[in-house]
Amino acid sequence: MAQGQIAPGIVSGRLSSDELTSNFTDLHPPLAPHEAAVAADRCYFCYDAPCVTACPTDIDIPLFMRQIQAGQPEAAGETILAQNILGGMCARVCPTETLCEEVCVRETAEGSPVEIGRLQRYATDSVMVGGSHPFQRAAPTGKTVAVIGAGPAGLACAHRLAMFGHDVVIHESRPKPGGLNEYGIAAYKSTNDFAQAEVDWLMKIGGISIETGSVLGEGVSLDGLIENYDAVFLSIGLAGVNALRAQGADLDGVRHAVDFISDVRQASDLSHLPVGRNVVVIGGGMTAVDAAVKSKLLGAEHVTIAYRRGRDAMGASRFEQDLASSHGVKIMTNVQPVAVHGNGAAAVIELEYTSSHDGKLSGTGEMIRIPADQVLKAIGQNLDGAPEGLKLDGNKIAVSGAGRTSMGGVWAGGDCASGGEDLTVTAVAEGRDAAMDIHATLVS
Amino acid sequence: MADLTTNFLGISSPNPYWLASAPPTDKEYNVRRAFEAGWGGVVWKTLGSEGPPVVNVNGPRYGAIYGADRRLLGLNNIELITDRPLEVNLEEMARVKADYPDRALIASIMVPCEEEAWKAILPRVEETGADGIELNFGCPHGMSERGMGAAVGQVPEYIEMVTRWCKKYYDRPVIVKLTPNITDVRKPAEAAKNGGADAVSLINTINSITSVDLDTFSPEPSIDGKGSHGGYCGPAVKPIALSMVSEIARAEATHGLPISGIGGVTTWRDAAEFISLGCGNVQVCTAAMTYGFKIIDELTAGLSKWMDEKGYTNVSEIVGRAVPNVTDWQYLNLNYVAKAKIDQDECIKCGRCYAACEDTSHQAISMSDDRVFEVMDDECVACNLCVDVCPVDGCISMVPMTAGEVDPRTGLEVQRDYANWTTHPNNPMAKAAE
Repeated sequence: MAQGQIAPGIVSGRLSSDELTSNFTDLHPPLAPHEAAVAADRCYFCYDAPCVTACPTDIDIPLFMRQIQAGQPEAAGETILAQNILGGMCARVCPTETLCEEVCVRETAEGSPVEIGRLQRYATDSVMVGGSHPFQRAAPTGKTVAVIGAGPAGLACAHRLAMFGHDVVIHESRPKPGGLNEYGIAAYKSTNDFAQAEVDWLMKIGGISIETGSVLGEGVSLDGLIENYDAVFLSIGLAGVNALRAQGADLDGVRHAVDFISDVRQASDLSHLPVGRNVVVIGGGMTAVDAAVKSKLLGAEHVTIAYRRGRDAMGASRFEQDLASSHGVKIMTNVQPVAVHGNGAAAVIELEYTSSHDGKLSGTGEMIRIPADQVLKAIGQNLDGAPEGLKLDGNKIAVSGAGRTSMGGVWAGGDCASGGEDLTVTAVAEGRDAAMDIHATLVS
Repeated sequence: MADLTTNFLGISSPNPYWLASAPPTDKEYNVRRAFEAGWGGVVWKTLGSEGPPVVNVNGPRYGAIYGADRRLLGLNNIELITDRPLEVNLEEMARVKADYPDRALIASIMVPCEEEAWKAILPRVEETGADGIELNFGCPHGMSERGMGAAVGQVPEYIEMVTRWCKKYYDRPVIVKLTPNITDVRKPAEAAKNGGADAVSLINTINSITSVDLDTFSPEPSIDGKGSHGGYCGPAVKPIALSMVSEIARAEATHGLPISGIGGVTTWRDAAEFISLGCGNVQVCTAAMTYGFKIIDELTAGLSKWMDEKGYTNVSEIVGRAVPNVTDWQYLNLNYVAKAKIDQDECIKCGRCYAACEDTSHQAISMSDDRVFEVMDDECVACNLCVDVCPVDGCISMVPMTAGEVDPRTGLEVQRDYANWTTHPNNPMAKAAE
């Protein structure tokens, strides 16, 4: 018997298994072939298409649309995967509303873009369902490259290097490869264990081995890697999480949103996953929205996103904000956490209204208290555990060109590296481009 | 409300829409449903001679061409004439005509090219009370292999001969249905007229193979792995039909010969276009086969609304209105100069006009870094391709230049006077203006 939404505290089993299953199905169900043909036919095959320019991986979108129209979704999938080997995941998680679909001329014309994301999924699924791997490995070069981190950047880099005939060893600190695709992406965007299926499919290129539980700084050192490998690619992500500077931040019930999301992604039975009755998520990015929506889907009664600036400044796109709202999440803007109150465990959060003058944020002194037995901190991640000796740019590894760090023979890409947005698709582009540069360097 | 009542060859019908001789008109049941739905007339499915009827294939009779959302654009069929006994059809026709005296009922006939065959069937058709007959000289598949249908329609002498027999043994209007599978449609039309035909109807279907199955390499529609060309119809054939109708309407030998227009009539607008090119009425088949008889409501309401808007009170006022504007290329005004103009407020920046012009035409559209597309008047020949490929209705238009302006492409002043190829200096056959 489900506990129900109004059971106090942080408890599991608020909803029945059936309700949970239904809540965590695909956000956007896959297109059927006829739907896909009709949707692809809406593409105008623009000259020098804006959608391609907007795609960090430069996928030839008009071409793959035409291939769907012409009845060859597998060929469309190959067009996508040749540019973006994680095109399947990107089809699911890309904020297309701020990338390709935002600039689609049909968005301009009628406020309704070609459904590029869903069609990309249709095309890439048709390749992966068939089980075949359309790319081949070149003759072995005898070179071996170390890739640190099996997230999107690392996987994209490894695949491209493997295609060129290099051997690749991926060192991954967590038990499973995939990075944020596996541990971070909203569960309703990547169902049926897609992240692992995608990694398995990617590995079919051959020449790549993954060593999980291999942590940089613990047994593996950058110096050692440089010595033992012909090149090193760092894609270590942002392992640190920013601290919440508020009184009571150490109370039970206060935790990092990324950990909560990871728990949801890794849960074998969602009915065993506890969630609060009154959940407050601090932050305004995609992580905040993901954590808030997941809390609601798990059965929390009240879920509030508390963001210190206005709506326009939120990192989450308007689509993501609306997604949260449609799930019953309340979005409070211009409030910042001051204290979490409770006797040992969080019970109430105290927020202060803010105002912004010339970009500088300050509290107005007006307070509001709302019930909060669970507080999820989504206030950003930071670079943690970057090896000594690398030049940093702000709090990221400084790179120039195609991911070249300040150290010879070491490249970096993905969220840990400077430049670009922290998106899966950007990480893929950076990993791929670094691989091209590594290859050029190795064979020169 | 405009009056849609049409009088074609003295045959009155409440509207100009007849169902063409085809599967929808094969029997009493269908025809009664059509009349109940509001169709103005019906050309009954083609009758053959008395005796064992023809047989049809027992596999697919139709093949289709689709748009992206399976919108049917073209249909191909290999069905033959009626495969029901003659006497059954004649009895049914008589019953239906008696019950619907205000509707047109035409008998379509196809019998061997022998006078005796026509002499035998015509009196029996007359007994049904049918308002007239249509001679099926158009069917391109199956029957043509037996010396009937298109095999007759492709030989003007046969058309004239058979038409003459019909006028001899039948007192009511005789319509000759023409095949488009011929080089010059004016010749069979003229032959029909010479034989005494009261009207021609066109077009019948066009020889076609809709597709090839790339696994079996069988043409479609496929009967046990083999295919035979069928007759193509539907929206895709309308332009061909309009052209053929116009040729008959404006040819000296056939000008004024009543025409029943056939070929892809799908909406009221198609009908109005056929009528404007000289048709006294239209016949519909594929649209009804695709959507059912209920489309007659849109066909009639749409035509009526348009006529009201234009101030026409009777269909006869529209007949042939466009015919004087159909001419030969050599008489087109070469002093008419237009330039494409892109409405920047409407432009959605897809660049299709640019790709079309740059790759396949006259390099007359420029593209800026921020995707502003503009016509270069000094290169534009006004070919209209940009208008045709633009996905936004009304975004690009062809704007005529006024006399006295200088065409930046040629550096010549636009002339006020009409001038055509026949007097053009580049024409070796030009006659000097006198």
